[in-house]
Amino acid sequence: MNNIDKGNKKVVQNLLLVVFGMFCFGFALVPLYDVFCDITGLNGKTGEQYVSAAPMPVDTSRKIKVEFLANTNDGMPWEFKALTHSVTVHPGEATRVEFVARNKTNRDIIGTATPSVSPGQAAAYFQKTECFCFTEQVLKAGEKKTMPVVFIVDPAIDEDVREITLSYTFFIKPGSEDVIASADDYLRINSKRIAFNTPLAQH
Amino acid sequence: MSAVIEEIQDDHHDHKPTGLGRWLFSTNHKDIGTMYLWFSFTMLFVGGSLALIIRAELFQPGLQFVEPEFFNQLTTLHGLIMVFGVIMPAFVGLANWMVPLMIGAPDMALPRMNNLSFWLLVAAFSLLLASLAMSLMGMGSAPNFGWTFYAPLSTTYGPDSTDYFIFSVHLMGISSIMGAINIIATIINMRAPGMTYMKMPIFIWTWFITAYLLIAVMPILAGVVTMMLTDRNFGTSFFDAAGGGDPVLFQHIFWFFGHPEVYIMILPAFGIISQIVPAFSRKKLFGYTSMVYATSSIAFLSFIVWAHHMFTTGMPVATELFFMYATMLIAVPTGVKVFNWVSTMWQGSLTFETPMLFAIAFIFMFTIGGFTGLMLSIVPADFQYHDTYFVVAHFHYVLVTGALYAIFAAIYFWIPKWTGNMYDEGLGKLHFWVSTVSVNVLFFPMHFVGLAGMPRRIPDYNMQFAEFNAIASVGAFVFGFAQLILLYNVVKTIRGRSTEKATDQVWENAEGLEWTLPSPAPFHSFTTPPTVK
Repeated sequence: MNNIDKGNKKVVQNLLLVVFGMFCFGFALVPLYDVFCDITGLNGKTGEQYVSAAPMPVDTSRKIKVEFLANTNDGMPWEFKALTHSVTVHPGEATRVEFVARNKTNRDIIGTATPSVSPGQAAAYFQKTECFCFTEQVLKAGEKKTMPVVFIVDPAIDEDVREITLSYTFFIKPGSEDVIASADDYLRINSKRIAFNTPLAQH
Repeated sequence: MSAVIEEIQDDHHDHKPTGLGRWLFSTNHKDIGTMYLWFSFTMLFVGGSLALIIRAELFQPGLQFVEPEFFNQLTTLHGLIMVFGVIMPAFVGLANWMVPLMIGAPDMALPRMNNLSFWLLVAAFSLLLASLAMSLMGMGSAPNFGWTFYAPLSTTYGPDSTDYFIFSVHLMGISSIMGAINIIATIINMRAPGMTYMKMPIFIWTWFITAYLLIAVMPILAGVVTMMLTDRNFGTSFFDAAGGGDPVLFQHIFWFFGHPEVYIMILPAFGIISQIVPAFSRKKLFGYTSMVYATSSIAFLSFIVWAHHMFTTGMPVATELFFMYATMLIAVPTGVKVFNWVSTMWQGSLTFETPMLFAIAFIFMFTIGGFTGLMLSIVPADFQYHDTYFVVAHFHYVLVTGALYAIFAAIYFWIPKWTGNMYDEGLGKLHFWVSTVSVNVLFFPMHFVGLAGMPRRIPDYNMQFAEFNAIASVGAFVFGFAQLILLYNVVKTIRGRSTEKATDQVWENAEGLEWTLPSPAPFHSFTTPPTVK
């Protein structure tokens, strides 16, 4: 009987280690997923700021149409627009476009913009040398700001890709919720209207 | 001197604790198994009632009985109860009863932990059902985000009761993990002398592998609900894009748990069928070794196919192809099993008692569910089928006519050993035929409305789906009430007033250590281990 008890103790100890290991593995999936997305462009996640070692050759034989979307997430009361609806570029050439955001509330608000590129397979080839999405943006009450993006489409991109959509969603920085909670209802209702009033709807 | 010996013997004989304490503090594998089975049976009727409200609402287009908000709570709780409250506890109950009897052990390896894992399950479901009760009393919503609780539905937009749900899932997870550790320890350490691994009954093998799956993935589930908890209450952003997280990450982690989970719900069923088919074919199981290897490969493959649940989330083509081919590969070991069962029956002296009827129905209808699974694994086809009633038809064929049918078969097969009384064969056959006809009336039309594009999880639908939905609802009510026949039969068998006494062998030619014990199996069995040749 004593032998069985010893055996049981060992099995339980080993299995509890596995349980603990798998619990940690569940959390390890979070950074692993980010790495995986960076490599594959899964979910249209784009990379960090691009620093070119050597200027890319411009491939004038190809044309790619790049479209721009600007959205705000729920609870974000800014007005946010792309000043250019779309541009046609040659792979390898640096292009500058501008977005504009306006804080229509009477409060200072911090926002972060998340870029997403569609189709996903283009994400790894869509390089941004300058972007307002790299840092937090602060807009004082009533402030309006024009924000540039400079991008290069890597000439190594698949031949099949002829159109790319770059979409930005502005989120209110978590923790700024109390700011919004104290803003009056008028602004909240209005923010929904602004969300529908994006360049996409106008064109 | 002799008095002392008598006292000791008295302690080891059929001495049962009495009253409520017998159940509350039980460390006896048979009593705990019985409690698990009754818990599961109760939950079957709770979850089934929710399903009947769903089918009543879907009997015709338009809103009849429930508000859309409540409909969402119904589908969520129906799924959670059936998965975590019916199928899993029933298998754990069967494992508790049968594992020690089949390997010649006196009890489970860790009897006190066994008690704790059962009562934690009760606590978990009290919490979950409390949220439903509060919803019925108009105090907020029960969980309403589907049993898969995708973020942000369950994080940003989840009702307050989501925190009840999270704690409930934590408790279920701990309960399952402890149950699994117990089963593994029992199988590794408590086998009768001479019972090598490759001599273990297949039911033991399938549960052994299932327990490892539980150990591997229940902590992942605990992790994902912990992330939900901190996202909801402590300002983290695992799944919130506003803080740099990603809601799609939720789906990856959830299905990394979820796909092995669906095999947790079917592997023990394979084991049960592999016990029953040889007994009623009066032959040895065909391809024992291949059964063991097939079960192991299914378990391994279950870890590398999770993203087939999320083909439409936008993945690179290479990733979709990988998950598609890996998923299709599962059909190979599963096919091995189906062919082994059919080969076992081939040229056997078949008789068709109720357990065998359910087992054959399992093989036939589980295969239908398997084939629709293959259809769903094909990426371009899945874009059409995703989130339609075709998916609902698929997983109800594998879970109801698969897992649940295997549980029914197991109950009829082993209840004479548990109670010492034969069940009523006429009622058993009635239960089988009414269930089998109605379950197909219920689920088969769902294939058609699904292929025609009817989305799942909706309280109202287009007129064109009306006829098939009406038919399905009729099948649902017949199937639901048919389970009362089983309840009546089980109660009648336990009372044993108008039933035959079961012999020790019960089924001629059934093999295994459990049939060497008297019927009913004594409270303490195999106190001296049997020897297996």
